[in-house]
Amino acid sequence: MKGFTGPIYSYLAAVLVSMVLVSLLLALFRIPIFETYTLLITGSLGSMTKLGDTLMVSVPLIIASASLVITFKAGLWNIGVEGQIIAGAVAASFIARELQMPTQILLPAMIGAGFLGGAFWGLLVGLLKIRGGVNEIFGGLGLDFVATGLVVYLVIGPWSRKGIASTSGTEPFHENAWFPTVEGFRLSPLAVSVSLLVVLMVIFVFNRTQFGLKLRSIGLNPNSSYRFGIPTSRYILTALVLGGAVAGLAGVTQVASIHHRLVPSISGGYGFLGILVVLLAGYRPFLVIPIAFFFSMIAIGSIQWQLRLGLHSSLGGVFQGTLVLSVVLISAMRLLRQRREKHVKTEE
Amino acid sequence: MNPETLAIVISYATPLVFAVIGETITEKAGVVNLSLDGSMLLSAMTGFAVSFTTGNVVLGLMAGGLISSNIALVIAFSSIRLRLNQIAVGIVLTLFAAKLSAFLGQDFVRKPGPSVQDLHIPVLGDIPGIGPILFQQNLLVYSSYILVGFFFWFIFYTRQGLNLQAVGERPEAAYARGIDVNKLRYFYTALGGFLVGLGGAAFSLDVKLGWSDGHIANFGWIALAIVIFGGWHPIRAALGCYLFGLLQLVALKLQPLFPQLSQVLPIIPFPLMIMTLVFINHRKIQYLILRNNVFGRFITGRAPSALGESFQRL
Repeated sequence: MKGFTGPIYSYLAAVLVSMVLVSLLLALFRIPIFETYTLLITGSLGSMTKLGDTLMVSVPLIIASASLVITFKAGLWNIGVEGQIIAGAVAASFIARELQMPTQILLPAMIGAGFLGGAFWGLLVGLLKIRGGVNEIFGGLGLDFVATGLVVYLVIGPWSRKGIASTSGTEPFHENAWFPTVEGFRLSPLAVSVSLLVVLMVIFVFNRTQFGLKLRSIGLNPNSSYRFGIPTSRYILTALVLGGAVAGLAGVTQVASIHHRLVPSISGGYGFLGILVVLLAGYRPFLVIPIAFFFSMIAIGSIQWQLRLGLHSSLGGVFQGTLVLSVVLISAMRLLRQRREKHVKTEE
Repeated sequence: MNPETLAIVISYATPLVFAVIGETITEKAGVVNLSLDGSMLLSAMTGFAVSFTTGNVVLGLMAGGLISSNIALVIAFSSIRLRLNQIAVGIVLTLFAAKLSAFLGQDFVRKPGPSVQDLHIPVLGDIPGIGPILFQQNLLVYSSYILVGFFFWFIFYTRQGLNLQAVGERPEAAYARGIDVNKLRYFYTALGGFLVGLGGAAFSLDVKLGWSDGHIANFGWIALAIVIFGGWHPIRAALGCYLFGLLQLVALKLQPLFPQLSQVLPIIPFPLMIMTLVFINHRKIQYLILRNNVFGRFITGRAPSALGESFQRL
């Protein structure tokens, strides 16, 4: 299972199929189809403000997807990224709340803390897998909810606002802990650079290092990699820790450049949405950027759908889901046909 | 704890019992249906929408079951035929079905609708003590008792049940014995999906009446955790659901005293799931604590060996 692989025309065919399906749904609800699609473009790219917002939404999604590429390539179905994002966000929030320092020191400290926080949560998944015999799917899923419980506890407990114990979030951080933004926009160049650097790092690791090569071989065939002398469990542990650390950075950007405080829904669902991005990208890190950007266009564009056309906010998610389902199913059907043809040829 | 409180726990846990039994059967056949959270949302919405439109609760329940069964079939088809990873397809379907439920259900939000009627069983319901707890409920609850008992008997004491286990444990051996592995997997995935959907619809028609966005979000994940906590055993799984129901109620009662605690208690199934997995996978722990006693045999469950792996005939 490699997510999507194959020639560009079958990719486009799948995109077309999903657009037809969504159009049918729109027609069923008597929603103007053409207007909906154009509003997606103008609503997400139509002005500098909107473009900036789209870029900002794409930052955590790109980082989360990059984290998933690391573990997916190693053959690990890490669905614990949500929890790792939260762990990173909690660690960065701790620094932002406790340390009174100038921005130049505070921001790197937050980034470092988020990196370590995510790495720790990834380490738990890894230890459970290699020492406890707990599959990373269930370990990761369980720790996602443990992290959610932790953040809710912090927000209404020890970190609650004075006098109020509500789930709406902590006090906003001091402005020293905010990522600087471009004058008049919500766009933060620092956050965007972090996301691009992370993708570059993942590309470098998998294309230029021994470590990346060995991880890929474990992903392809763990048994023969082990017999070939690769210490499989150590590599799996490292992949999960590294993936967690990267995911933690997504948490940092969430608290430092978007919410400016800790809220219960701090992960924003990017850990799960990232899985869709990575499947569409066929685990190729450089494809993560355009696909995550497109997903962010849908997320921001669907706000305009709500405002202008009164459409339900879930439509964007329906579109994303249809897209991924059709791409994954259609490319798998193409592979099936190829296998059949090969089979027929060998029999002749 | 008075009888009424325990009766509430039982009725609260009933939708989860359906979902957990359904997923247990699916996983016994070696297929992981990870789409539970989305499937249950979509079937809760469908169940309510159909009952609301037709005024018939049974139709709603069936519609909920069918829609979830179809989602499960997509997973079976993509894993068996297309050789896709069950986990990947499951996650995509989870997110997709959840969003679809919100979109399709937008006209049914916060509308009062029909619900399952109470039905007291005459003789059993009058037994002092357990009568009011177990038998002054509704048909849905009674069928959940029957379901748990039936599948316990079916899985462990019938030829068909042994075939089901064989397909999930050693598909090659089952195939060699003349069992059509993939046909059974399709069947049990669809059947399990149907029960999961019944559970989803039971939420909106019996426990948390009506529909709203993300109405029963996270209950699917909780069900997945309880399947593991239940060690793939129908009775243990059902007990896990009741335990969870009890915890929820305790959380509700403690709300005024410890507001933090009550918000955190719903996540309890997940650490329990992880602990169970460590427990059943660690031979040393097993040896030290469990030895060979009846309790030990009841508590140790094991995942079907071929869980999540596709079977291809050569």
